[in-house]
Amino acid sequence: MKDLVIHVSDFSKRYGNVTAVDRISFDVHRGEIFGLLGPNGAGKTTTLESLEGLRVPDGGSLRVMGVDPVHQSRKLRNLIGVQLQTSGMPDRIRVDEAMTLFCAYHGIAPRSDLLERLGLMEKKSAQFQQLSAGLQRRLSLAIAIAHDPPVLFLDEPTAGLDVPSRVELHKLMRELQTEGTTIVLATHDMAEVEEITDRVAILLRGKIAATGSPLELTAAGSGLTKVSVYTKESSLYDAEVTFPGVSKRIFKEDYNIYYSTDVGPTVAAIIAHIETRKDTLIDLRVERPSLEDRFLEIVAEGNAS
Amino acid sequence: MNAFVYHFQFEFRSSIRNRAKLVVNYLLPIGLYALMGPIMGPVIPGFREIMIPAMVGVAIMATTTLTLPEPLVTAREAGIFRSYKINGVPAFSILVIPALTTVIHTLAVAVIICATAPLFFKAALPVNWPGFIVTILVMLFASAGLGVLISVVSPSSQVALLMSNIVFIPSMVLSGMTGLPNSLLPAAIRKASQIFPATHGMNAFRAISQGLPADFNPAGSLVLLVMSGVLSFMLAVYLFNWDRHNVTRRGHPLLGLIVLLPYVVGMFVLS
Repeated sequence: MKDLVIHVSDFSKRYGNVTAVDRISFDVHRGEIFGLLGPNGAGKTTTLESLEGLRVPDGGSLRVMGVDPVHQSRKLRNLIGVQLQTSGMPDRIRVDEAMTLFCAYHGIAPRSDLLERLGLMEKKSAQFQQLSAGLQRRLSLAIAIAHDPPVLFLDEPTAGLDVPSRVELHKLMRELQTEGTTIVLATHDMAEVEEITDRVAILLRGKIAATGSPLELTAAGSGLTKVSVYTKESSLYDAEVTFPGVSKRIFKEDYNIYYSTDVGPTVAAIIAHIETRKDTLIDLRVERPSLEDRFLEIVAEGNAS
Repeated sequence: MNAFVYHFQFEFRSSIRNRAKLVVNYLLPIGLYALMGPIMGPVIPGFREIMIPAMVGVAIMATTTLTLPEPLVTAREAGIFRSYKINGVPAFSILVIPALTTVIHTLAVAVIICATAPLFFKAALPVNWPGFIVTILVMLFASAGLGVLISVVSPSSQVALLMSNIVFIPSMVLSGMTGLPNSLLPAAIRKASQIFPATHGMNAFRAISQGLPADFNPAGSLVLLVMSGVLSFMLAVYLFNWDRHNVTRRGHPLLGLIVLLPYVVGMFVLS
């Protein structure tokens, strides 16, 4: 078992009569990238902000490297780096001033190397209000990691970023992970979670609905593989035609889409059927169940219960 | 200490970059001075003798109680204090640094008034410059503390503006800043006016700076202003809230009324 970095036990948080988080528990270990995934209002940000010491839990306990975020906030601040969901900075602070100011409060020299790395050097004299949303997020991230914190909390880190910035951020996260940084991120972005996280907790109405690696979560679903087929003629249009392993079939944008529990025999039978009918295969795509599919299943199950 | 100094430098530079804030810090008090000077000077007997401290007092009240609270409330609402908390910026710095910035701008306005009022309005210069400067600094300390406290206890910028005006408008009318002698007020209102720092500031200015008769003990006024300033900053730090959602404030905002205690005591003690 790797070193325990974050320990959340029976954590609850209420706002008035609304229970935002309801007795959740999870652990994160050193060097892990852990994702908190969930629809709006699921409790992701509340959980992150409680770990960051911005909110006081109503029940349970939270520890970040053994530190209580509420009562040991001074100890906590050098252990964590935080990119908040909204990049709260004074409108007129310049990029280099922001770096210098927050580094000064952490007792370190300004990190111009990070400004360079995150593509902010050219904008170092620009005021925060003059930056695009993506650049504002990058500046928040640069400040969050400037003091080399062992734990990094990222709330919607790629929101507002263009594709190259997003790729660069993921690369940076991997590098930080290699150096031993533990990263906890809250996001809506399924592709990001699949690509970057080691483990995920799916939150639904303040409770953990599922937890595990993206692969484990996906495998625990209905396991239906999507086979999309587009043919020149109409050999597959006959509703009476069935194939082995197929549990559901739909027709969408000229594609026959089959959901199969046994993809090999399904594909073989489809190709054989097309050849038998003297039709021509134009396109065939096989897509394994994605985390997004599994997430939607969990949300649907949660809403039905 | 380095962080505090750097934070102050940034805040000061930022206040100069912010044209709206510059206008409010300079144009409002100087505008009031430019408006009141030519009107009050000829109309109200003796106004020229008290004009410089009165206009400086108006500037102090305008910059500290009217313009200081709102940006602090807005910053809290925008989540800036949350970033500060995460990065270890103490509540003390968040509250004191904008107050210091305001003090510097107000002192600049005071210099402009002192330099121009004798030329344009035949205003009398202070007879006791050290006393004048001490009174300015003490009044700035008390009213900046009050402005900061207003920002902390106000749940929104609208409420902050309302509270600022509740302090500013009666201060203007009842403290003697407009040139109307305090002695002309009915006894009960004259007594009630002692609840405002501006009344004590003007009392100290009249006696200590201008050598005019005081309405009540001017040294006592300075002591009350210092006590109130200390209480204001202490209460502001104690009641400070990092964000609008945070319910961990250490006491009810009404505790802020404790700041009036020295003035209430002064009503019974000073004569």
